[in-house]
Amino acid sequence: MSVTLLIEQLINGLQLGTMLFLMASGLTLVFGVMGLINLAHGSFYMVGAYVTALTTASTGSFLLGLAAGVLAAAAAGAIVELLVIRRLYGRQHLDQVLATFALILIFSEGTRWLFGSSPLWLSPPEALSGSVALPGGARYPVYRLVIIAVGVAVAAGLYLLIAHTRLGMRIRAGESDREMIGALGVNIRRLYTLVFALGAALAGLAGSLVGALQAVQVGMGEPVLILAFVVIVIGGIGSIKGALLGALLVGLVDTLGRVLLPALFGQFMAPSEAAGAGTALAAMLIYILMAVILAFKPQGLFAAHD
Amino acid sequence: MTRPHLSPLHSPAAATPAGPRRWLDRRRLVHGALLALMLLAPVAADLLGEVYYVNLASRIALVAMAAVGLNLAIGFGGMISFGHAAYFGLGGYVAGISAYHAFDGSLVMGLPGSDDMRVIWLAAVLLCGLLALAIGAISLRTTGVYFIMITLAFAQMVYYFATSWPDYGGEDGLPIYLRNSLPGVDTQDALSFFLICFAGLMLSLALTSRLMKSRFGAALTMARLNETRLATAGISPFPIRLVAFVVSAMITGLAGALYADLNGFVSPSMLSWQLSGELMVIVILGGVGRLYGPLAGAILFVMMETLLGGLTEYWTFFLGLVLLGVVLFARQGVIGWLAGSERHG
Repeated sequence: MSVTLLIEQLINGLQLGTMLFLMASGLTLVFGVMGLINLAHGSFYMVGAYVTALTTASTGSFLLGLAAGVLAAAAAGAIVELLVIRRLYGRQHLDQVLATFALILIFSEGTRWLFGSSPLWLSPPEALSGSVALPGGARYPVYRLVIIAVGVAVAAGLYLLIAHTRLGMRIRAGESDREMIGALGVNIRRLYTLVFALGAALAGLAGSLVGALQAVQVGMGEPVLILAFVVIVIGGIGSIKGALLGALLVGLVDTLGRVLLPALFGQFMAPSEAAGAGTALAAMLIYILMAVILAFKPQGLFAAHD
Repeated sequence: MTRPHLSPLHSPAAATPAGPRRWLDRRRLVHGALLALMLLAPVAADLLGEVYYVNLASRIALVAMAAVGLNLAIGFGGMISFGHAAYFGLGGYVAGISAYHAFDGSLVMGLPGSDDMRVIWLAAVLLCGLLALAIGAISLRTTGVYFIMITLAFAQMVYYFATSWPDYGGEDGLPIYLRNSLPGVDTQDALSFFLICFAGLMLSLALTSRLMKSRFGAALTMARLNETRLATAGISPFPIRLVAFVVSAMITGLAGALYADLNGFVSPSMLSWQLSGELMVIVILGGVGRLYGPLAGAILFVMMETLLGGLTEYWTFFLGLVLLGVVLFARQGVIGWLAGSERHG
């Protein structure tokens, strides 16, 4: 195991972590403020990726595509909130799960209907397609580093928004006492729509950014969604701080586990068996991590409230 | 939604305010009709030589049976498991792996494989019970959204394990070349196999019914409605829930073992989160916490899949719309609509 490979995987883990944070922060905000569990969050990720891929292909500008993707995801979020989600606040979690599961079916099949089953391709912008040297001599793509930077910027922006603006104050108030801020004259319906659209926009941003690294296709959102669930369960549902920590933890453990475990098993097993067992265990590693954390802290690391 | 205060049990006696039930009322009529339809339609199809429809009926029976298992957790126990595909798929893999080793005579963990369905069923039920015991013991420490997400995450863990473990086909799945056998029954015959599936469904319905009418069922109901009150009665809710969760997984697992035999194939798609979601959809479509809800839901779901799927490739789009409509506007489910209301909220 070379140091170079380890550093490379470490950065990969950070990149996965920032992606997961973009997804998880929206989920956890929506749960924290509105008490809603939203399975369709992965659909906004897909919307962001599709709109970015299509806009970039027709205009030639990735930046324009990115903006369009984020806006489209936010708009989709606002529309879905107004039409469906609004009726689900205060309903049982079971109803929320089913209604948002239905939304996944509608979004996924609708997208397949419009754009077909074959994936779209999106390339990172020309200016970011190069690579930089890592300590140890390996080259690392600039674009992935930019993703990490964007993730850090969004995390900082989210912190400023929530801690230092009027909207943030209302969000925090909404998290601690929903009825009370309504009684104080805050337009709670608009606040909910806004928070939901913000979450959708963050998911769309994640989808747009990752779309340039992998195929843009139907169903791309759900694996990320489930990882984001693991993240917020580990971090504590409703806690942005928990989402950040959980995302980094999951990103690093998952990425490093996939490299280190087969190598580790190789120390005392035949290479072919080690690869099989190592890969299988690595695929389960974050779920084991989650189980262990929950065994000690059933409410996650930073329990907000249930 | 707030639950209205309700009758202590959904036993028939408790459900009717006005004295004892007549022997034949609307509810029993609907349930009987469902079962008769379920049994007679494939018999008729077999007489007409339409094997496709017999197999379709087997599929409905098995999906219904899996949903009966899930309904015990969700409907009667209030435990919203989003990970029952784990048990369905594990049951399927037990059937597949056992047949695989019986076929080439090799050992699995020191044991020989078997193509005897009785052995497979026993192994599937035991293994699913053990898995559910482990998952339930951790997951039931949590409640609400946490429980939903954790059961989902554990099922994903099993899914990823199956896709990355190369010995049994990984992502490609594992074929069962020859349907497993049962002494005295020609399992290759579509109608005979349907009757096995139907018997499994009836058994799971009878088990659920007996369970919910027992003291255990009363305790489980109270664990769902008012945990504190149950604890006040000196009964700890945790073991009650755990047992119900394990039994629920066993039923779903047995259905999975049969399902693999029906298709002659088991793959990670039987473990996927979509399948967990579909099972939930079936339970809801039929009516949550209604004994016959899963059967009605399964008939409706598979028929929609077959009919809409024949009309358009994009049938799940319309399934989504229907489901959204049911959740938002018709929360009683099909059975509630057919057989009258029994339970609200």
